Amino acid sequence: MSRVDVRKTHKLFIGGAFPRSESGRTYEVTDSKDQFLANMALASRKDARDAVLAARSAVAKWSTATAYNRGQVLYRIAEVMEGRREQFISEVSDSEGVSSRKAGAHVDAAIDRWVWYAGWADKYAQVIGNTNPVAGPFFNFSVPEPTGVVAAVAPQDASILGLVSVVAPIIVTGNAVIVMPSSSRPIPAITLAECLATSDVPAGVVNILTGAPAEVMPWLAEHADVNALDGAAPHADWQATPSLSRMRAFVEVKTVWHPMGV
Amino acid sequence: MPFDYAPAPESRSIVDIESNYGLFIGGSFSEPTSGEFFKTINPATEEVLSEVAEAGQADVDAAVAAARRAYDKTWSKMSGKDRAKYIFRIARLIQERSRELAVLETLDNGKPIRESRDVDLPLVAAHFFYHAGWADKLEFAGYGPDPKSLGVAAQVIPWNFPLLMLAWKVAPALACGNTVVLKPAETTPLTALAFADICQQAGLPPGVVNIITGAGETGRMLVEHPDVDKVAFTGSTEVGKAIQRAVAGTKKKLTLELGGKAANIVFDDAPIDQAIEGIVNGIYFNQGHVCCAGSRLLLQESVADEALASLKRRLTTLRLGDPLDKNTDIGAINSSMQLSKIEELTASGEAEGAERWSPTCPIPDKGFWFPPTVFTNVTQAHRIAREEIFGPVLSVLTFRTPEEAVAKANNTPFGLSAGIWTEKGSRILWMANQMRAGIVWANTFNRFDPTSPFGGFKESGFGREGGVQGLGAYLNVEDPS
Repeated sequence: MSRVDVRKTHKLFIGGAFPRSESGRTYEVTDSKDQFLANMALASRKDARDAVLAARSAVAKWSTATAYNRGQVLYRIAEVMEGRREQFISEVSDSEGVSSRKAGAHVDAAIDRWVWYAGWADKYAQVIGNTNPVAGPFFNFSVPEPTGVVAAVAPQDASILGLVSVVAPIIVTGNAVIVMPSSSRPIPAITLAECLATSDVPAGVVNILTGAPAEVMPWLAEHADVNALDGAAPHADWQATPSLSRMRAFVEVKTVWHPMGV
Repeated sequence: MPFDYAPAPESRSIVDIESNYGLFIGGSFSEPTSGEFFKTINPATEEVLSEVAEAGQADVDAAVAAARRAYDKTWSKMSGKDRAKYIFRIARLIQERSRELAVLETLDNGKPIRESRDVDLPLVAAHFFYHAGWADKLEFAGYGPDPKSLGVAAQVIPWNFPLLMLAWKVAPALACGNTVVLKPAETTPLTALAFADICQQAGLPPGVVNIITGAGETGRMLVEHPDVDKVAFTGSTEVGKAIQRAVAGTKKKLTLELGGKAANIVFDDAPIDQAIEGIVNGIYFNQGHVCCAGSRLLLQESVADEALASLKRRLTTLRLGDPLDKNTDIGAINSSMQLSKIEELTASGEAEGAERWSPTCPIPDKGFWFPPTVFTNVTQAHRIAREEIFGPVLSVLTFRTPEEAVAKANNTPFGLSAGIWTEKGSRILWMANQMRAGIVWANTFNRFDPTSPFGGFKESGFGREGGVQGLGAYLNVEDPS
């Protein structure tokens, strides 16, 4: 007799915890052959507001953590994901209806993407920032600083690689994020949330809301405590090595002047 | 009754030292063809810790050949992304084994465990972590769209920060795609040999890192080897000049990180207590075995008496003794040779008319020790104001105006570092601008970070280690084709 498996309840990820939707709503997720996979929490306006609150409380500490610390935390995510590689592959394969080989390539690229961005934590300021030789006795320099709380929609097709590619550049630069993963393929996102929860990522830095972006994003867009919105490009090639652009998008540049003289 | 500290020794049981070590060539340890071994001792007790191979010409040839093979067959063909993963592994292994490495460093070097544990090892891990991230991002570093590695790097490092100097050399070399033959200092080879074990644990392809032990002669054979593309040396200006002469006229790229005679300049508006801590850290950290040590203290006249009194009071609280004791501030001098050099120079200080002062502090019977020492009434002509002592000896001079401070600070053939203590921000920046030195610390001293380039002006060397600029030392920046 085969063993009856124990199935997981999928919930939201807000402020480091896994609550059900405050609305009590769920929606059904199926695989590529229309077979039932799971009931997902259907995030509401209230869940979104809770997530903004969690993100906002996380920003002060995360944005002032040392770049070295942020880099190590991101690298830790890669380490923890690597340990769950098989689980991710089977979930991506189920969700996207692709072969294990193809799913494996997506998962590997997603893990490697964390490593790539981990390395940027203590470098992007050296590449984007600079001193400015102003014509006067002043020391003048420009540094990138995080914009704050970012609300993002992850790509709807690339369930894990797209999600990681959207979240990593936002948080490596010191921002906190509320992200809505693929509506129809959200299961790998919840597994990612479990990795984040066990990877030294401070609570609230990443918040994941499953559900309908069309319903929730307008509330986030109107929310006065959200500093930036990211609607990920639907047809981007997520396998390609990224450029600086996604990090640049979520930083402000601050210029400081200071007189120089005896 | 004064309260005293109870002994708080760190256990050395975490460390396993073999009775002898061979050479790490091509991914495994082998006996030296020379058949020669030399002893490495604990400078705090003179106990023999182990016997280490003395690499001769045939061993140097074998190590360079292993590095060349690894460069041609593996490392230069590997993607930056994969190189990054190996270097990240090394960083993590160092973090995991950091206590063990800290104890080993303290045993072999004599530095206080508090420093090896809280300064050296965290910086070592950080250095690998930082450079791991560059391995797959070199096209963003400003050296062109596809910067190329140089080849085989010959690296010779000093005994003052054995593992940290290894990290400063090996991490950028590997990140930029070079392979390495590294020679640690003869008095402190053990952590480099432990690093060889870490390379094995990381599964680093054989020959990418080769560690050969030996004295100056081994180092000379290594830097003069015709199949070496890059030479990197940290150590004395005298040896640095000899290396520069040896390399002149060859295709080899060279970077040198040499001596220093840094001025630590205290203005009358400086926060004195904070400055005293910085002065003490600047010259007594690591027994003053620091090339960027703040060995010349320049005090503005109006605060000189007050600052000197505070400094002397602070020095009476420093604890000299067992480096493995967690309360120890001043450890052992690394070798009897270095101790003689410090004794010779301090004797010259007295002979030339400077006034010598040390707090009363008991000196252990065995091992090499030198008490923290301050010289006042020092003139710029004194040897102790001109020559690098590389020991816990501070020469105090005074100045009246900022211009005079600048003139005195820059009055040296060295140019590694400088310190400025003042509450006035504009003066910090003006002074920093005037200093002919590679690193300027303001209201702090002896800060190090892998993101921050380190290296000197003038006879303190050329090339930088750390930061974006440090990558240039291991990339073919002149010929991008």
